[in-house]
Amino acid sequence: MELDPVLLSRIQFAFVVSFHAIFPVFTIGLASYITLLHALFYKTRNPAWDRLAYLWTKVFAVAFGMGVVSGIVMSFQFGTNWSNFSQASANFIGPLLSYEVVTAFFLEAAFLGVLLFGRGRVSPGVHLFAAAMVALGTFISTFWILAANSWMHTPAGVDFNEGVFRVTSWMEAIFNPSFPYRFAHMAMASFITGGFVVAGVSAWYLLIGRDVEANRKALSMCMWLLLVLTPTQAFVGDLHGLNTLEYQPTKLAAMEGNWETKEGAPFLVLAWPDQEAQQNRFEIGIPYAASLILTHELHGEVPGILESPPEEQPPVALVFWAFRVMLGIGFLMIGVSLVGLYLRRGGRLYHSRRYLQMLRLMSVTPFIAVLAGWIVTESGRAPWLVYGIMTHAEGVTPSLTGGMALFTLIGYVTVYGIIFYAGTYYLTRVIRYGMQPKEEEKMVDDFETPKRPWSATHTPFDDNPAKGEN
Amino acid sequence: MEMFDLSLIWALIIGFGIMMYVLMDGFDLGLGILFPFAPDEDARDVMMNTVAPVWDGNETWLVLGGAGFLAAFPLVYTVFLPALYIGVFLMVAGLVFRGVAFELRFKSRRERRGRRLWNLAFSGGSAVAAFAQGAVVGTYIQGFETQNGVFVGGAFDWLTPFTVLTGIGIMIGYALLGTTWLILKSEGYIQAWAYKLTPPLLAAVLVIFGIISIWTPLVNEVVWDRWFGHLQVIWILPALTLLCMYGVYWAVRRQRELLPFMATLGMFFFTYLGLVVSKWPWLVPPNYTIWDAASAPESQLFLLLGVLFVLPFVLGYTFWSYWVFRGKVRAGEGYH
Repeated sequence: MELDPVLLSRIQFAFVVSFHAIFPVFTIGLASYITLLHALFYKTRNPAWDRLAYLWTKVFAVAFGMGVVSGIVMSFQFGTNWSNFSQASANFIGPLLSYEVVTAFFLEAAFLGVLLFGRGRVSPGVHLFAAAMVALGTFISTFWILAANSWMHTPAGVDFNEGVFRVTSWMEAIFNPSFPYRFAHMAMASFITGGFVVAGVSAWYLLIGRDVEANRKALSMCMWLLLVLTPTQAFVGDLHGLNTLEYQPTKLAAMEGNWETKEGAPFLVLAWPDQEAQQNRFEIGIPYAASLILTHELHGEVPGILESPPEEQPPVALVFWAFRVMLGIGFLMIGVSLVGLYLRRGGRLYHSRRYLQMLRLMSVTPFIAVLAGWIVTESGRAPWLVYGIMTHAEGVTPSLTGGMALFTLIGYVTVYGIIFYAGTYYLTRVIRYGMQPKEEEKMVDDFETPKRPWSATHTPFDDNPAKGEN
Repeated sequence: MEMFDLSLIWALIIGFGIMMYVLMDGFDLGLGILFPFAPDEDARDVMMNTVAPVWDGNETWLVLGGAGFLAAFPLVYTVFLPALYIGVFLMVAGLVFRGVAFELRFKSRRERRGRRLWNLAFSGGSAVAAFAQGAVVGTYIQGFETQNGVFVGGAFDWLTPFTVLTGIGIMIGYALLGTTWLILKSEGYIQAWAYKLTPPLLAAVLVIFGIISIWTPLVNEVVWDRWFGHLQVIWILPALTLLCMYGVYWAVRRQRELLPFMATLGMFFFTYLGLVVSKWPWLVPPNYTIWDAASAPESQLFLLLGVLFVLPFVLGYTFWSYWVFRGKVRAGEGYH
């Protein structure tokens, strides 16, 4: 079998970026949550908020460290595997990615240390300020990365001449048509991810009866936030979809599994898209629903995949199913949040073991939803790397052979497999030993430095704990 | 806008960044290379503790350099990385492993298997990353096979006898930075061990750097002309390098503590300058200068504003963290 460097590079990029994305998605939401906790502590001086902030700052430190380590890899991927793309788009992508690095440095140099190690050393007000600046920094990083990514979907503000993009308007290029929607959708996703992780962990602490006062507060606060955030996300996602309809109709058609342009299109709940046959082998749908959602009219026209020739179509089945995974989890989240509201009557929110167990399980779902969403948008752009201008095949490194790409793909999977295992294992330990009275914590004696974010945790990697095991 | 040569400014900034990286990450990679040979586990704790507060800051220069190249000199980014495809993977994998080892080794108890594995990850990762960086330098000296600004050579062009030599040269050079750093930061039997290792490493560096210096002009006409043409003032650089090497030797014999490290830094600095004057202004040799490799001026300017704003903070923070963590590190304690 001939090894295709383009396909292997795409798999490799998807793999490393998915692995990397898990951490920022979580830390962006968590940083804002920690800021909120600090603000509550500052205002009420209730030590429960301080204990919560302490725990989640430790978790933040570990996740942030994982994000930084996996981010080193990302800064080389564009050159190793996509050198033609990098060469063509460096005038725009280069400064944006560099600004992200510069922002991250600035944030790390100035405020991360105070956030991680300032407890008891600086006043609550200064600590709150540091937390807010770190949270702001995560958003500025997101801003640059998503501006670059959105530009690849809806390029604007550039001239394409002799194979090179030159920026004619930074404003138009950075605030390109899909950027505001993508940014809002992603920011909401980060908040929801943070919300469900905190809710899930608090639920577990309540199940084992640890620091009940603080964890009830945390759970209650998260459930209020999620009650607002999850339906809002559905609304923002819908706006993003309408933007896709306008600028990338083929992607939208693939999300809907709609081959032929038609009026009064159904929303397909299930289907088996067959790319070879250029049609669905089987489908179950809600009549008129797609037209209604997308055009707000029963008989509105929905574009079909067949508007593009087969070689310009994305992998329909992948896009179609990834979209349904994201959508399904989204509705599940709204449902769980509503049940939480109902259970508040009589305080059953804190006592229903079944619901608390459910919340524990829910804490992994936002990660799946986010990755599924990224698969929709990135695979849905295929075969384009820069939409309508440069394909994956044109952007790949010319000297790259299938064998080289396969070698590094296996290599990255191995490296990340080990690192991910160690990191997640350690993260679960930090949570497992968290929220205990100080004298019961069994800690490693570790000096603290912002250059090693994990030195904020003090949780041992391989010790058997004396207490607190469940 | 024509008042400033933005490409030149960027070349200075990135050149400065690379030098900072080599000098600073050099000694902490070097400690990783020395790790398996340390007298005992206490010594390893001390070695790691001496760099733990600063190593991550050291590596930020690498990321800044990588991103800076993409923004200011994209041709470097899009020729070097494909040409060194396998090498870049090895370097990144090495850096990732040692990065995680830095965090988790401190969390593992001594007798545990985890500790041994993190030790291995730290030393193996450091050695591989150092070798790969040396091979990058060797490949740069060698030059790249390009057509129309695109790398067209093979997967292992970067792995030749010459680049293997530069790879080993950098490993040993970093190890020398490591021992002299340890002389400064440790005491007792650990410092004695570092003193003992320094002269043989220095001799090895002298031999390997010597071979590289003679080999380079022989295989490269431009470099030959540069050194044996009319620009004879540049011979002061190898003279200063040798002076620094003698300084290391002299200072180690006198049991001085700060001077060996400073002289080793000087040795690297003048070698680096020597390489720069050999190659200037060729950034992607043999065909492209810094001006050929540059991105559009509006892009260079756009990023320059941000970098000039942030650079003082990064430098200030760097200086501050070395200042805070000055002094000796003792067995059984970190910086508290």
